[in-house]
Amino acid sequence: MVNVGGKQTMLEDLILQHELEQFCYLEARLLDERRLTEWLDLLSEDLDYWMPMRRNIKFGDWDKEFTDHHKEINWFDETKDIIAGRIRQINTGVHWPEEPVSRFEHLITNIEVVSEDADGIRVNSKFHVYQNRLQDEINQWVGRREDLLRRDPDTKFKVVKRKIILAQNVMLPKVVNTFF
Amino acid sequence: MANIVRAIGDRSIRAYIDPERGTVSRELYVNDDIFAQELEQIYQRCWLLLGHESQIPNPGDFVVTRMGTEEVLMVRDRKDHKIRAFLNSCRHRGMKVCRYDEGNTLVFTCPYHAWTYDTKGKLVGVGFGNYANAYTDTLPTGSEEWGLVEVGQICNFYGSIWATWDPKAPSFQDYLGPFAESLRHCLQSSDGEDAGLEFFTPFQRHRIPTNWKVPGFTSVTDLTHTAMTHRSAQAAGLHEDRGTGKETAKPFPQEKYAIGDHNLGHGGMCTFYDQLGVPDYANEWFEPGVDDYFRAQTERKKLLIADRIMPPHGWGGGHFAIFPAVMVDSWRIRYYHPHETGITERWSLFGVDKNAPDHVKDAVRHYAERFNGPVGFFESDDMENWNYVFPASQGATARKYDYFYRNGLGHGKYDDRLPGVVVNGSYTEEAHRARFSRWLAFMEAKSWDDLYPLNKSANHNIWPGVDGQASAKA
Repeated sequence: MVNVGGKQTMLEDLILQHELEQFCYLEARLLDERRLTEWLDLLSEDLDYWMPMRRNIKFGDWDKEFTDHHKEINWFDETKDIIAGRIRQINTGVHWPEEPVSRFEHLITNIEVVSEDADGIRVNSKFHVYQNRLQDEINQWVGRREDLLRRDPDTKFKVVKRKIILAQNVMLPKVVNTFF
Repeated sequence: MANIVRAIGDRSIRAYIDPERGTVSRELYVNDDIFAQELEQIYQRCWLLLGHESQIPNPGDFVVTRMGTEEVLMVRDRKDHKIRAFLNSCRHRGMKVCRYDEGNTLVFTCPYHAWTYDTKGKLVGVGFGNYANAYTDTLPTGSEEWGLVEVGQICNFYGSIWATWDPKAPSFQDYLGPFAESLRHCLQSSDGEDAGLEFFTPFQRHRIPTNWKVPGFTSVTDLTHTAMTHRSAQAAGLHEDRGTGKETAKPFPQEKYAIGDHNLGHGGMCTFYDQLGVPDYANEWFEPGVDDYFRAQTERKKLLIADRIMPPHGWGGGHFAIFPAVMVDSWRIRYYHPHETGITERWSLFGVDKNAPDHVKDAVRHYAERFNGPVGFFESDDMENWNYVFPASQGATARKYDYFYRNGLGHGKYDDRLPGVVVNGSYTEEAHRARFSRWLAFMEAKSWDDLYPLNKSANHNIWPGVDGQASAKA
């Protein structure tokens, strides 16, 4: 654990770590319990939600691995409005890849507080998202997230930026209709 | 050449389609023997889309692409700067010589025994080639013959790169026939400049657990699916036409049809324009300033082609398809690579005016990302339908019941504006049927000599009732 603010006591660090873990678990629970509009409320109005594609690269060509957020095609490149639209679509009840509704389980782990400054708190975590639907369809996504969270009086934190690093090249599941 | 499949009940391949009833057997979609034969009869012969020249602008640039089930390297040579394409398989033991998605290189060196090829595909070195008696010489005897397997023909069509394995295939221009001008039009920038698009990198690539013909044949020109399949996007207000501020376009004389070229297999949902020039621009974008850009571009395009009628092309969410499985509309190209009978990989390329300002490129890119592919508002619904038709058609019972392709059968007409093409109501399955006419022709043909346009007198149309010129029945 890092002393993120440079001035907190060990106890304050532990409390922050605990609060952030609880926030991550709350997000996962809301997504899995199909409470998507409540999850949406945990996102800030100026949200930047990004899942780049990943290339097969030569060792050392690290700058070429991820697609450019602003110049190339990404899996997700979203504002809060766009995510709200996706949630409206799922909640129509006629969005066929999510109707009948799936059984999602979001496992969140390796929650690390990286730093805190005027922009907010940087938190890294890992996910394993399991989707089971209809009789025998299984899709899985594994990866990690690099978040910037901001403290919030109502929801404790809001997600301001989220970079989602998926361990995948060609998208193998036919549809991605959950959030990370 | 593979033998003609004689599967269930010893049916010839022709017996899987019943033109009089307007039906197609599900075996075409679920039978492994037919799939294997398609790879030989169709994917070894047809012109297939590799990608776009803007993906490899510099000498030594390469990108890994596909032709059917196989990986192909599309390379710009370091010396003559020409684009060539090679099978990604070492001539020695067949290992992939390249496992990066893209890059810039001097040579491709196989990671197995170091057989090394230059950007013209020529074998230029092997591991231990200098040892006594190794390979008889410093390179395998006849090393000129042991270069990477090169495609039979390659064509740069206004920036898009196409190839065929068959050196005897007709030219790409002849393969396109009357659709050449339509495809050229779709590769123009919005002010009408030829090859005026660049394409965002990289390919959007994703798997669909279904047969390649489900999206490749059935869904590329399927106006009747929109209202039901895409109900959720409509209900949630996620309109494909991108903007809530969409204007109704000013009237411009035009007709919208489902069209199919039964000899070539191409077709789709196309607009025929009945007046010279270009319609007025109508607003359709959310993002500020984007409509202003496209309106100004449209005004330039009006000046450029004021004295011509635009070629027929896709309209408002419509598109046409180049046989076997490339779907084209203005600036968006999506195509299907078979992997297995029930597994297809879909690749998409999204174009934008080369010279567009950043805010326009951003808007187009966002549209591409948010509406298309496995994450897309619209296409995620398609994926579900395309997926589950496969298992639900595969069973011993299900495969005995043919698919209905009768919609609009017998109501098509030939049209002078696009010679050889059958024009029918926009909600008909004319384009689907044209695909099956061409499919059957390929599956039965011994070589390209049997096939239109090399066989000029061929009439591959198998369906009854086309008015005007003779049908295959005549």
